[in-house]
Amino acid sequence: MTNRLSQGGLIDRSVTIPFRFDGVTYTGYPGDTLASALLASGVRLFGRSFKYHRPRGLLSAGSEEPNALVELREGARREPNVPATMVELYPDLVAASQNRYPSLRFDLLAANGLLAPIFGAGFYYKTFMWPASFWERLYEPLIRRAAGLGRSATEPDPDHYERATLFCDVLVIGGGAAGLAAAREAGRSGARVVLCDEGSRLGGWLLSEPGPIGDRPAAIWAEQTVAELQTMDEVRVMPRTTVLATFDHGTYVAVERVADHKLMPEGGEPRQRVWHIIARRSIVACGATERPLVFGGNDRPGVMLSGSVRTYLNRYAVTPGRRAVIATTGDDGWDLLADCVRLGVDVAAIVDRRGTIAADRLDLARRAGAQVFAGGHIGATAGARRLSAVEVLDSGGKRQRLTADLLAMAGGWTPAIGLACHLGAKPVWNEESSAFLAAEAPPGLRLVGGAAGLIGLVQALESGAHGGAEAASACGFAVAVPAMATHSEAAAPLWFMPANRQKAFVDFQHDVAVSDVALAHREGYRSVEHLKRYTTLGMATDQGRTANVNGLALMAQMTGRDIAATGTTRLRPPHTPVAIGALAGMHRGRDYRPTRLTPAQGWAREQGAVFIETGPWLRAQYFPRTGEDDWLQSVTREVHAVRSAVGLCDVSTLGKIELVGSDAATFLDRVYVNTIATLPVGRARYGLMLREDGFTLDDGTIARLQPDRFVITTTTGEAHAVMSHLEYCHQVLWPELDVHFVSISDRWAQFAVAGPRSRAVLQAVLDPGLDISGDAFPFMAAAEGRAFGGLRIRLFRISFSGELAYELAVPAPQAETAVRALMQAGAGEGITPYGLEAMSVMRIEKGYAAGGEINGQTTPRDLGLEKMLAKRKDYIGRVLMRRRALQEASRPTLVGLRPTDRSARLHGGAHFLALQAPATAAHDEGWVSSVAFSPTLGHWIGLGFLANGAARHGERVRAYDPLRNRETEVEIMPPCQFDPEGVRLHG
Amino acid sequence: MRIPCPHCGERGNDEFLYRGAAGLPRPPADATEAQWHDYVYLRDNPYGSHRELWQHVHGCRRWLVVTRDTRTHVIAAVTDVSMALS
Repeated sequence: MTNRLSQGGLIDRSVTIPFRFDGVTYTGYPGDTLASALLASGVRLFGRSFKYHRPRGLLSAGSEEPNALVELREGARREPNVPATMVELYPDLVAASQNRYPSLRFDLLAANGLLAPIFGAGFYYKTFMWPASFWERLYEPLIRRAAGLGRSATEPDPDHYERATLFCDVLVIGGGAAGLAAAREAGRSGARVVLCDEGSRLGGWLLSEPGPIGDRPAAIWAEQTVAELQTMDEVRVMPRTTVLATFDHGTYVAVERVADHKLMPEGGEPRQRVWHIIARRSIVACGATERPLVFGGNDRPGVMLSGSVRTYLNRYAVTPGRRAVIATTGDDGWDLLADCVRLGVDVAAIVDRRGTIAADRLDLARRAGAQVFAGGHIGATAGARRLSAVEVLDSGGKRQRLTADLLAMAGGWTPAIGLACHLGAKPVWNEESSAFLAAEAPPGLRLVGGAAGLIGLVQALESGAHGGAEAASACGFAVAVPAMATHSEAAAPLWFMPANRQKAFVDFQHDVAVSDVALAHREGYRSVEHLKRYTTLGMATDQGRTANVNGLALMAQMTGRDIAATGTTRLRPPHTPVAIGALAGMHRGRDYRPTRLTPAQGWAREQGAVFIETGPWLRAQYFPRTGEDDWLQSVTREVHAVRSAVGLCDVSTLGKIELVGSDAATFLDRVYVNTIATLPVGRARYGLMLREDGFTLDDGTIARLQPDRFVITTTTGEAHAVMSHLEYCHQVLWPELDVHFVSISDRWAQFAVAGPRSRAVLQAVLDPGLDISGDAFPFMAAAEGRAFGGLRIRLFRISFSGELAYELAVPAPQAETAVRALMQAGAGEGITPYGLEAMSVMRIEKGYAAGGEINGQTTPRDLGLEKMLAKRKDYIGRVLMRRRALQEASRPTLVGLRPTDRSARLHGGAHFLALQAPATAAHDEGWVSSVAFSPTLGHWIGLGFLANGAARHGERVRAYDPLRNRETEVEIMPPCQFDPEGVRLHG
Repeated sequence: MRIPCPHCGERGNDEFLYRGAAGLPRPPADATEAQWHDYVYLRDNPYGSHRELWQHVHGCRRWLVVTRDTRTHVIAAVTDVSMALS
């Protein structure tokens, strides 16, 4: 660690931490970042630039870093584009530099730099235009290879992420001087306070500040303040937590880096945790970012921000160079000079924009042995892979070449106002602060300290304390709000140096130079939003935190407007990059959403069911048996079993709603297309529900159990939507109706028992009092009763298979007992479990509509269900269903189909074309919505929608699928292709 | 967004289902097709105060009339639809 000072800094010299960068082993200390440890070891070159592959070193010491981006960790945990300045050092850390080929020192693509004149703004748009087909195959891969950032991991992320919610009175964002003062005031009042800071250690600038606060060193004051906060029950201090975004009504999103500072997460902890923080008041104390100066050669490794140099010196005890030149637009550079004098760092010169310098400063420079260039500027820089010399011009224009390996730039400060502007407020230029400020912050949010454009420690502490007390007071806590001092330190104005022959960079991460801004201006891209997109200025992962103000100040200069008139681009979340994995949280893979299981799931699993996801449900698709080696064999067996004997299917996923009240029948009459009021007690009816626009919402059955009590079913997929719809109809449209309803979907399990032998099976389990003989319990009968020796059940004689069939509902907790009892009772009849697939095959044989047909785009007429429509009542969808366009003969309506060549296979999604018609969209006559192999008929069958379909039974058309390049000639049939008279159903 | 449900207290907007403009009376049974068309499709798009329907699906399941400023999302009032209509 050749550049480490022998004492000072917030590091622990008693422990050595080994780590690797680009395959070389280095060491650092606890308290180091990857950047400070490498700098201490003499590393200057951190990466190659985005476009020109220019050598780049550290610019900063914080999250604004545009240059020193690394790939952190290896393998599945590799993370690209991590600022080395934000990586806490941990033992055996592995990192690699980015965008270099083949190595960081020797980069072949640095030749791009020689071609710089043609790589200017808009280069890609202009050069790689023709021929268009080359873009995907040639240009894009080449550009991606040459220009770019790090590589993300290619394997699945082995770590997990969490999401959590916090509520507080006062959220303080930023734990520097202002934030700590705010949190302390609010915390002392008893308010519930959350304090977030992006760093591992709270204190912000105080950790880099050599001066005292009162009688204590600033860093000690910070430590003691944090300690005090931690003793307060209602205060939560969250280090390593970056607030990313502001949303409405005091909602904030933050990411906590729980385990990024470790080799890997420990003991089940997540790598990161995304917090939704709901705050009644919030304080943005994010400080300010120092601006680089814009001059030729300002990107050479060794050219750094002045405040960051102070951070490396004071916080990390690292000397970023042996001999420094300081360039400053205000007082900040002189503070660095004082640090250098105190720590014995050689300073060759200080260049100040101002023509006159105060005597005490000149005295300081004399003691440092540094030349003073009042009113001078930087001419050029030299050095291959790191800075070796700086050419300085005095106020008279005389050049002098100074040997130096460090050039510190103090270009003034940009307040971090992003979080105050996420709701759309436009930043406003403030001439006095030389900065964009958040003029109108969102309700309840207040900026303090550097983020408010208030410069200096005294103002930070005062405005923080004031803001904290005010926020607590606004939340109803008794606290004296301290007065705000009115003094302010002078802000440093912007400073642009005369051009020279070297490239002067504005946006380091995206390699945007002054010449690019000038080119954009010449080509007419003068609005800041256009400037941004044409040059990509501010569009890199650092969001241009060090670049934006300089960029638009340049544009202002070129267009002859002031900065206020030029304006700035919109600030949008996230404030800093966030991993998609963190946002996804635990909703990944199988846990993307909760998996719903039916109450008889255990039984189905025992039966060897293969499950399929249908919405959130896991349903039995089919039940393979030994010797069956494809699903079609199993499904065929299951269908045959139902058609010849009896099958059992778990239909518990259906939505079930129970309605009671004297107006229940009236209510149902208004939501179904068919008449419900005439339904006798003990009977069920198939019903269709529309949306008000006339399209079908859902179908199901309505059973009347008592004069004022109904049970209706919905499809599995629409259960939630139908419930909401009914609640809307009742609460909003017809609150006067006496009806109450509740979802009983989870309360009742339901099983279909279907097939010619189903009655015998049910008779064996039902209490003898419930007569289900054909006469006593005909098709569409419904009853409540008891079965399985006293268990309450509901029985419906409804059929989705076309067979004699029943649906038996039992209380969900008894579902497994009931299904086992049914299986036992049916053993002698050959009862066979069947799944979703067999159910679907049989409903297609019968021509019943399901999800492929009731898809939100079909009317009752399209579905061939016009005969169901009640004529003498009003109901939802009645009028708009009859719009002229929905009545036209050419509109596709439901048909059945089968292949002309019975051995051919059918495919869903194919479109109908007349036999001789060309395969163009203009000749499209409809589509195939459902297909299945019918074991009963021995060939493939399907359902579809065909123009004027009802009149075309028997006609032959083509089912054409251009996507898969398939075509089958099909014969149009009535939708129901099996037992059209319903003999079996009524059996 | 945070919506103060009159029954459940202030909750995040992810607990709610949004429908659209409130206070549109359903046309009488004998209304013309044009009236029905307007009822189903025609909506104002106000720049400012907007009365709209939200359902607290992950709470009390009541439909609520929320008065929200479309420019600022400031919510001026929330009432249960039964109170809003009476």
